[in-house]
Amino acid sequence: MKKVSSGFKYLFPSLLLTTATLSNAEELHVYNWSDYIAEDTVAQFEQETGIKVIYDVYDSNEVLEAKLLAGRSGYDLAFPTARPFADRHITAGLYQPLNKDKLSNLDNIDPVILQSLADIDAGNQHLVPYMWGTTGIGYNVKKVREILGDEMPLDTWRLVFDPKIVAKLEGCGVSLMDDATEVFIAASAYRGQDTADFSKAAIEAAANTVQAVRPYIRYFHSSQYINDLANGDLCVAHGYSGDVLQARDRASEAGNGVEVAYAVPSEGAVVWTDVMVIPKDAPNPDAAHRFINYLMQPEVIAPITNYVAYANANAAATDLVDEEIRMDPGIYPPAQTREKLIVIKTPAERQLRDMNRSWTRVKTGQ
Amino acid sequence: MKLKPGLPPARNLIIAVPWFWLALFFLLPFLFVLKISLSEPTLAQPPYMDLIREIEDGFVTLVINFSNYQLLLEDSLYLSALWGSLKVAGISTLFCLLIGYPMAYAIARSPVHWRLPLLMLIILPFWTSFLIRIYAWIGILKTNGLLNNLLMGMGLIDSPLEIMHTPIAVYIGVVYNYLPFVVLPLYATLIRLDLTLLEAAADLGCRPWKQFLLITLPLSMPGVLAGSMLVFIPVMGEFVIPDLLGGPNTLMLGKLMWTEFFSNKDWPLASSLAALLLVALILPFVLLRHFERRAEEAST
Repeated sequence: MKKVSSGFKYLFPSLLLTTATLSNAEELHVYNWSDYIAEDTVAQFEQETGIKVIYDVYDSNEVLEAKLLAGRSGYDLAFPTARPFADRHITAGLYQPLNKDKLSNLDNIDPVILQSLADIDAGNQHLVPYMWGTTGIGYNVKKVREILGDEMPLDTWRLVFDPKIVAKLEGCGVSLMDDATEVFIAASAYRGQDTADFSKAAIEAAANTVQAVRPYIRYFHSSQYINDLANGDLCVAHGYSGDVLQARDRASEAGNGVEVAYAVPSEGAVVWTDVMVIPKDAPNPDAAHRFINYLMQPEVIAPITNYVAYANANAAATDLVDEEIRMDPGIYPPAQTREKLIVIKTPAERQLRDMNRSWTRVKTGQ
Repeated sequence: MKLKPGLPPARNLIIAVPWFWLALFFLLPFLFVLKISLSEPTLAQPPYMDLIREIEDGFVTLVINFSNYQLLLEDSLYLSALWGSLKVAGISTLFCLLIGYPMAYAIARSPVHWRLPLLMLIILPFWTSFLIRIYAWIGILKTNGLLNNLLMGMGLIDSPLEIMHTPIAVYIGVVYNYLPFVVLPLYATLIRLDLTLLEAAADLGCRPWKQFLLITLPLSMPGVLAGSMLVFIPVMGEFVIPDLLGGPNTLMLGKLMWTEFFSNKDWPLASSLAALLLVALILPFVLLRHFERRAEEAST
């Protein structure tokens, strides 16, 4: 669940490559999140294999999903989030099973993460985990402390759901993600309710929680907060771990005195895994297997983690990751934090629609 | 617009071309949309059920599902979105006319050698991508953007204006983007206006503003109508501008269709919304034509 920033820098080289090489070269069409790979990953693969990579990017699971559902997307490899997206896609039969004979590096993958995917992908036949992260709270340390005092713990959903606290933070700016599933699960966690309950009553209760703080929320957006946190225009944001950390790094690079921190709320936060999949109708599944196998090399995936600030699923690569990243509790959370993480249960289609419609109603104030 | 049997075949052929065009690029796609709107969503590729299903060897059944339309009418969300779109489209059209009319009038009345450069100024922005132009507005309107920095630098305001992510930003973006669609047809009507009519009116003692109200304005109505339609209709389904400039509380049909299509994977409901939008747009014009024709018949 990696969001936005600049897709353009990938667009340009891939356009150049398209025109520069002969059309009869073997091609691999990759569709990945923007800013979700290191700068030289693709070029190195091309050099090693002679396969020409056409690399496109997206900024939401929904866009990828719409292309896959429509069929003949033309892509050989995609990177959806495992739950609820890849789960649904397996049910809908959108992926082809992997040929594990072609994935000699599969042993490098963390068995715990593979195991965590086994309930949606029996025998790990379709999915190879790529990166993972959490959805929590990013905040402006100085300003939030000024308003709430030094006593108040900040690793709590109260920062975005407790009307009394959010009212105090209003002037300084609070944002929620524009994502029904993420917000409703966080709201259920805040109220100590079952986060796997997507019944009408549970959805309504979550909607009421959001409704109560809505007047104090500056905006609902899933990527805008990166810039605003970094500039000091926003105090508290509900967002993806890597994105908040990106905001933190941008602020410290800019030297504007803004200190951003990321917290995994103690009530529990969503942990998500993005996976690699080969669509059923992929034109060149063979090259896709080679690319997956290439990405499973520790010396390839470690620099990607260093670059994108998300933890990879490759156990053999952990030692190769920069110490600064490896020791960052926001990227590789300590064991006690991991215990509190929530694995999203895939809602039924009907429930998902109820949830999204309820979300549209809440945020538009209908 | 029926083809009269007495017409020579060559002319029939020429008239048939636009009809064929309409059928191929409007009617046919609409029938596809209509078909999907009557089906049920499912988790598959594509994510809706076929209307015609085989039950057992050779026997087929036709399943038509009207529940999508029922939901649209029962759930206040969709009618609110329709209202939201109507409001934005209506107000934007009005502002486009208020700004565009004086512009078109000024160009049409300017010296001949000035007209082409002035028209070019209207058209030139179109040489830049639509998306880039809307992104430029983000840079202008955002909290620490050009506009706020300028106003604060001049000391006119103390704290930045919150324009980004509000309905005002949507109106600014829409009016900016659609203004040429009003100016150009208005210019085309105004330039063809017979100026001797105004001279005659002046000779008979009519004041300039009355000349405008009684002669220029009524005679430019076709341009006003054409311009309004060119703005109103696309803005009703506009998605990009409200999505980039508006806040999440901007409820419009385009965004709702996006949600149904992408977030909910409910292609049938999204298609019903599209059909509803089309009906909401076509019906007033069909009625208008109808009354116009009756008025014409009554006057002859």
